[in-house]
Amino acid sequence: MAEILLKDLYKTYGETPAVRGIDLTIAENEFVVLVGPSGCGKTTTLRMIAGLEHITAGDIFIGDRLINDVPPRDRNIAMVFQNYALYPHMTVYENMSFGLRLRKVQKGEIDIRVKEAAEILNIEELLERRPKQLSGGQRQRVAMGRAIVRNPQAFLFDEPLSNLDAKLRVQMRTEIKRIHQRVKTTVVYVTHDQVEAMSLADRIVVMNNGIIEQVGPPQEMYDNPKTRFVAGFIGSPAMNFVPCKLTTNGDGLSIKLTDGVDLKVPGEREKRYRPHVDRDLILGIRPEHLTECRQHTNEQQQDFGCDVSVLEPMGIDTMVFMEIANVEVCARAAPDAVKNPGETMTFTIDMQKMHLIDPSTDTVL
Amino acid sequence: MSMNRLVGETYSKRLFVFWIPLFLFVFVLLFPFFWMLITSIKTDAELYNRRISPFLVRDPTLDHWKLLFNDTLFVQWAWNTLWVACASTGISLFAGVLGGYALSRLVFPGSTIFSIWIFITYLVPPALLFIPLTGVMSFLGLHDSRLSLVFSYPTFLVPFCIWLLIGYFQTIPKELEECARIDGATRIQAMVKIVFPLAIPGILSAGIFAFTLSWNEFLYALVFLSSPENKTVPVGVTGELVLGDVFFWGPLMAGALFGSVPIAIIYSFFVEHYVSGMTGAVKG
Ligand SMILES: Nc1ncnc2c1ncn2[C@@H]1O[C@H](COP(=O)(O)OP(=O)(O)OP(=O)(O)O)[C@@H](O)[C@H]1O
Ligand SMILES: [Mg+2]
Repeated sequence: MAEILLKDLYKTYGETPAVRGIDLTIAENEFVVLVGPSGCGKTTTLRMIAGLEHITAGDIFIGDRLINDVPPRDRNIAMVFQNYALYPHMTVYENMSFGLRLRKVQKGEIDIRVKEAAEILNIEELLERRPKQLSGGQRQRVAMGRAIVRNPQAFLFDEPLSNLDAKLRVQMRTEIKRIHQRVKTTVVYVTHDQVEAMSLADRIVVMNNGIIEQVGPPQEMYDNPKTRFVAGFIGSPAMNFVPCKLTTNGDGLSIKLTDGVDLKVPGEREKRYRPHVDRDLILGIRPEHLTECRQHTNEQQQDFGCDVSVLEPMGIDTMVFMEIANVEVCARAAPDAVKNPGETMTFTIDMQKMHLIDPSTDTVL
Repeated sequence: MSMNRLVGETYSKRLFVFWIPLFLFVFVLLFPFFWMLITSIKTDAELYNRRISPFLVRDPTLDHWKLLFNDTLFVQWAWNTLWVACASTGISLFAGVLGGYALSRLVFPGSTIFSIWIFITYLVPPALLFIPLTGVMSFLGLHDSRLSLVFSYPTFLVPFCIWLLIGYFQTIPKELEECARIDGATRIQAMVKIVFPLAIPGILSAGIFAFTLSWNEFLYALVFLSSPENKTVPVGVTGELVLGDVFFWGPLMAGALFGSVPIAIIYSFFVEHYVSGMTGAVKG
């Protein structure tokens, strides 16, 4: 229920930098997901917001309050840990009411709030159990209940679903979204799973190597990645990167792959790419925009043939792996259109959806 | 230990790998108690008669026990031992819990070196340490006082407790405390309300060990105490019931048995906690 402001935040452990200058404004009631590969500083950032880690440099504001030196208990936030951190010697009820009891909230009030949170989370029958007697999913709910009961200014989640099996994870993901819609609060959520990030976030923050690569709503991150890292990180299976050369082709521009395939650049992008003519670039194309040749629905789709090397059926689609310009490339095709490995298949590439990347700066042009 | 038969195990195999070793083990453990008991209730004539079986008692008598309780200061010794053991265990646990917590959780300059030094002090043999300690005790005016033991036993009990508890505290996930601090607890509250309750098995183990060590301690008690009424059981029994080369076996054994029973009771009472304390691990 408050804005969180991170200003030029740094954290070093001894000599090793973990977070190297983060600027981020998290709006009231916004669900922000920090996502990035292992070791990129997500947990460290979250722990600095929680007050569990000293800040090396920079400022953190919650609401209008500078909280750099405020101890965790006075920050009015709640955190859900990866291993849930339920107090083993207390019942679920005692776990959930622990924070309120410390704050000397009246018994009746505690009871009302615990019951209410238990109802939201569907754990009313578990209140007298101890953490040992709960399943993974139930522990997860209790951990969230303990956070909800406190009615904090912000929720912090550190990979809360990573200890659950795949099916339960999807289920709890929806649950978390439902709870956020019901209990409106600012949420900072850490995960390394980009699917989780896409499905939960109002805004995604992609981190790499201690810095923020890009911030934006999920769809924008998918449609318009700004760097090669984000382009490769968001989306599953990952975007293909193929070395290419931008050349002039009469009035227009075209992209030449090293093995001779020639792709025409859509007219409206010509102006954007014109300064980079004759340079070696990288073509980024998602598997879903590289499919079997069908009837063309728009003229920006271009065809080329290629030998299939491996097939991975997913049910709804089949992933087709092949080699273009000495790079392994993945395409997503309808199962009935797929040829057997070794055979040549014709693919269509949707040039409206492709990206050109400058290899010297790794930025998307 | 599970009493369930393992899959594929025959009864005869089980007899050899389980019941016979178990029986031997129990026999070896309990034999000293049996020996103490029968020796303490035999008449001297029977005790020194080599032609009858030493494992049987023909003519049980309580004479040795009466002598022990009526004609020696045994009750006083037992009381002294209990008093000293409780006091020094209390002091050592208090220091051990705080020290163990600090060394396992707080990072301060020199904390690693400090814990190594604590271990080294534990390695200093009492047979060396009693010499300077004697000087210290007479300087403090505690010579021939039970307090001298209360203050000297912690020299080996505190390092021992700290080391045992550092290991135990490390098995308690740090997140529990962090979560408590976010929930609204101060560092002290998190320690008292979350960590200590979870460390009870470890604290109990340390306490039992410390209690046993001080209950049985011999050297310091022998050196620091001289008047019979101040002595502890180990020193009193050996000092007053062995005169020159004459061993009063009956009362000696009665005293030894009476001295070891409280420890045995405490052990069996806390054994559940004790075992889990030795193996560590708090499951989330
Ligand atoms: N207590 C610490 N002492 C020293 N270095 C640390 C400490 N905690 C984290 N680091 C380092 O800081 C960097 C960032 O760690 P962090 O835990 O924030 O990564 P993360 O993004 O949460 O990764 P993961 O997805 O694996 O949880 C890593 O290189 C890590 O090795
Ligand atoms: Mg992490």
